[in-house]
Amino acid sequence: MLLVPCPNCGPRNAADLTYNGESHRRPDPKICTPEEWRTYLYLRENPSGWLRENWYCGSGCRKHFQIERHTLTGELREPILPGEKTGTTKGDMK
Amino acid sequence: MGILSGSKKKPPAKYSAVGLAWRGLRKQSWPRIWREPEFRNTYDVIIIGGGVHGLATAYYLAANHGITNVAVVDKQYLGSGGSGRNTAIVRSNYLTPEGVAFYDRSLELYNSMSSDLNLNVMFSERGHLTLAHTDSALRTMNWRAEVNKLQGIDSAVIDPAEIKKLTPSLDVSAETRYPILGALYHPPGGTIRHDAVVWGYARGADAYGVDLYQKTEVLDILVEGGSGPEGKGPGGTVKGVRTNRGDMHAPIVVNCTAGWASHLSNMAGVTLPITTHPLQAAVTEPVKTFLPTVVVSGSLHVYVSQTDRGELVFGASVDPVATYNMGGTLEFTEELAGHVLELMPGISKMRLLRQWAGLCDMTPDYSPVMGPTPVDGFYVDVGWGTYGFKAGPVSGEQMAACVANRATPDLIKPFELRRFTEGALVGEKGAAAVGH
Repeated sequence: MLLVPCPNCGPRNAADLTYNGESHRRPDPKICTPEEWRTYLYLRENPSGWLRENWYCGSGCRKHFQIERHTLTGELREPILPGEKTGTTKGDMK
Repeated sequence: MGILSGSKKKPPAKYSAVGLAWRGLRKQSWPRIWREPEFRNTYDVIIIGGGVHGLATAYYLAANHGITNVAVVDKQYLGSGGSGRNTAIVRSNYLTPEGVAFYDRSLELYNSMSSDLNLNVMFSERGHLTLAHTDSALRTMNWRAEVNKLQGIDSAVIDPAEIKKLTPSLDVSAETRYPILGALYHPPGGTIRHDAVVWGYARGADAYGVDLYQKTEVLDILVEGGSGPEGKGPGGTVKGVRTNRGDMHAPIVVNCTAGWASHLSNMAGVTLPITTHPLQAAVTEPVKTFLPTVVVSGSLHVYVSQTDRGELVFGASVDPVATYNMGGTLEFTEELAGHVLELMPGISKMRLLRQWAGLCDMTPDYSPVMGPTPVDGFYVDVGWGTYGFKAGPVSGEQMAACVANRATPDLIKPFELRRFTEGALVGEKGAAAVGH
């Protein structure tokens, strides 16, 4: 079982949350090329290692948050809510 | 054909009943069925991944195109990935015409495989039932049956009474939570011994002189002249691979891995439309034969078949969270048991022997990614999701043609990587086995 720490509700079974995949910066649909848009839609880094991803706590606080997870070991870092710049992760929200 | 030349055609040594008796009586041991090659560093083609797809590609490169200066490298033993972890079901009753044509060719190759490779792959053409529990599922079954018939595939929708006749252990009554309304019946579908398929292709390829390297991990892919960092990425040309045993050079590198497809393609600077999810399966203790068909239920996310030894093999849909970790979960066994008992209440006393997981590379349109990439000489045969095993032979045949002729054959043209940048996806969603 994977225990994912929701920033509001604390550790929850991953099965209670909704997994929304890799975090990506969405290109501006008004100015980006079709290639850029499709790259955003379909292409994924899918690394065997640390990955920043989106989760949704639908059965708890109903907030979306981001967390870095190691895809091989299941290790997790501090979660971050949109707009926050805290936690052990570097850089701003994508 | 330039660099790709030199044929030393040699069929594998024959296995036969006479040979078996002869060796048995004289108490002779059997020789290894493939060589342990000395490390060499120059090849015409390097294939990464020693599973059904990689070995079939190597075999057909040698058998159909006379290209034998080929290396297959695997970081573990041959067939240690998806090829040895799947539930060994084969079928061709897909939804899209592209899918049907492709998987039907695969079934054809599986049918004649035992004699082609001179190794018994224990193909059991027992019939395949896809159950419908809702009106919309039944509608899709009818649609699939019509697409199949149009392509000449034996496939039809049958009612609960006929299902009961074929498979008496199924509960087809109307009192269940998800009553069975009908099923798509596909008589040519069945099961096959997956390890034997791997060994057959390995033995065949080895006899033609292909070098099979086990415990040889690819650490990097050598690319020059690309637009990305270190000369990798689009526009570059592949030069070979760096392994834990040294560098290997070749003008063509084929990525035939499952689970590690993104990891390896990233090494060449090619980003794929793939996320990797584990899929869990389980097997029960052996009992007397009672389940004559393969039973699949999309709504209940489960598929069941009985092996020749009498064990029931269960598979489910992929786990929702992308991970490379192949550990089992209790959620899976709980859900599986509930769903299987819904279908077959009679097996409630059976015990599970073990559960395991394999890695599935899921693409957005539930279709594979095959053919050339923006890096010259770097080919992929990846993104096989939960349906890679049943497509192994045809993928090998088509990838071999693709590499040998440096042109994508028509059968796999719809599956090229560029469909994602051109927006021409192949929607096989409704027809993949379960849970998509």
